[in-house]
Amino acid sequence: MPVPESHEFFIDPRRCIGCNACVQACTECDTHKGHAMIQLDYVDRGASPQTVPVVCMHCDSPTCAEVCPADAIKRTGDGVVQTARKPRCIGCNNCVLACPFGVPKMSTGMNLMMKCDMCYDRTSIGKKPMCASVCPSQALFFGTREEMARLRPASRVLNVFRFGNQTITTRVNMLVPGQAFVESLDVLSALHEPAAGNDAAENVLLDGMEAPHAG
Amino acid sequence: MHREVRNAAAWAGLLTLALGALIVAGSRSLAHFDAALVAYTFASLFAVFGITYRYAIWLQRPPTAVYWRRGFELFLRRGHLGSNLRLLVTRLVSDFGTNAFIWKRDKLRGLTHMLLMWGCVLAAAITFPLVFGWLHFEAMPDRPDWYRPVVFGFATPAFPVRSLVAFLIFHGLVWSAFLVMGGVMLAMRRRMRDEGAAAVQFFAEDMLPLILLFAVSLSGLLLTVSYTWLAGYGYEFLALFHAITVIVTLLWLPFGKLFHVFQRPAQLGVAFYKDVAARSEPASCARCGHAFASRMHVRDLETVEAALGYRYDDPGEVGHYQRICPRCRRALVALAQAALARGPSSRRAALPAPMPSYANPGLGEGPLGSEDRDNFHP
Repeated sequence: MPVPESHEFFIDPRRCIGCNACVQACTECDTHKGHAMIQLDYVDRGASPQTVPVVCMHCDSPTCAEVCPADAIKRTGDGVVQTARKPRCIGCNNCVLACPFGVPKMSTGMNLMMKCDMCYDRTSIGKKPMCASVCPSQALFFGTREEMARLRPASRVLNVFRFGNQTITTRVNMLVPGQAFVESLDVLSALHEPAAGNDAAENVLLDGMEAPHAG
Repeated sequence: MHREVRNAAAWAGLLTLALGALIVAGSRSLAHFDAALVAYTFASLFAVFGITYRYAIWLQRPPTAVYWRRGFELFLRRGHLGSNLRLLVTRLVSDFGTNAFIWKRDKLRGLTHMLLMWGCVLAAAITFPLVFGWLHFEAMPDRPDWYRPVVFGFATPAFPVRSLVAFLIFHGLVWSAFLVMGGVMLAMRRRMRDEGAAAVQFFAEDMLPLILLFAVSLSGLLLTVSYTWLAGYGYEFLALFHAITVIVTLLWLPFGKLFHVFQRPAQLGVAFYKDVAARSEPASCARCGHAFASRMHVRDLETVEAALGYRYDDPGEVGHYQRICPRCRRALVALAQAALARGPSSRRAALPAPMPSYANPGLGEGPLGSEDRDNFHP
């Protein structure tokens, strides 16, 4: 059964409070038992509480699937890019390194790529993905556009991302401010953006300390 | 006709002809070829054509071509052949002989695959030489109660007809059928009880091969039952039914899930690639400066992506988006979104920026093994 077209995934990293509920819930999904596929990162742990929850964005033209030498990654008719098919995945890492959103993981022992498949066992029977069903701040939300518009009237949805000269359209939407009149999110434009909260006024903790650098 | 199609068709034709020639040579100009098995032979020839064609098309895809070429390049490197051969044998035993990586996914799954794989390998090792006339048994003129297997026209040591060895050899397909049927039942059980597996499975991709393998095994077993205990009752029907199931399975080989049997050895090339990548210069993330993956892999991916029509090249300071590590990619998406809300930051952060870190790897969100760790940070 396909995931209903009317039901979409919405993600708003600005609302993430880093509570880890999504991570815990993700481990309970039946399609990748016991392993959390959601990636939850601190952007700059020393200077900002900003956290980023990242689920698979289910690209229309999934780079992970295209660079897979073993044809292991399939996109279903309803636009869900599924985790690597186990008989085929040869554990080469191409998908892990090529995904523009940094989503897939590589399980060394199992020689298998694993990634979020939008809880296909749940969404294909009309339920919400585990992460979205527990997110207390609605940083992750699964529902209809009408519901989203009602809940977040000041925001609009965007599902076009730009990485250098490449534009990628995704099934998962990102919420952006209603007044942001951009047609796509230029990801590399943020190369020099500091983490939210990490600006001069709030940087008292770092004053006098060496700037963080690679070590 | 595209060049890829022409190449693939040429290879497929060549290998099919080669098998035809081997059948003629191995059966000593068809002297030992059983005409009753001609349908199996033609189905096998078709399967060889289909498998080779698909394999050749598959090898020409940019990502597969890179691994194929690099795999051989790295395997044949001067001074490394010895260690590469050791690695090859180790991987052949652990990955193919014992399916070690599948046991790690799940014990029951490992057992299922071992039963299916060894059942099929045994059946193929017996059936194809018999069908192609490469193997036949001759009664010895001076000792009619002894049989001598003749392989490719060459005599091999004889054995008594009424011996344990003979019993085991002549019932080889029975043992393989038991193995396959056990495996099929375990696989079916998983597909019926595991909600995760049930959600993502397709009938043609996941169920049909199991049904075909079960039908081949069961009909083959019933043939033995018929001539052993039922004085050949229903033998003709069963033989026809068995032939149909085998032929359909052979014809299905190039198209469905069973094609993974031929794709899977690609992981040997990947093993050599990873082995070299682990010891070669790492790439440094253009944002956080941390090492991730190998420079060789990152460069190869840039080439592959360009060949596939992706344009991740960047006119700015990064040069190519592939040079950003996966963690920074995740952070950049969020930072770009936040900048839309509050406007770009007044303070341009200097590079290298801090590397993003897992919010709580203790909850199982962190790396799934050493490789995952290496992908994201040194």
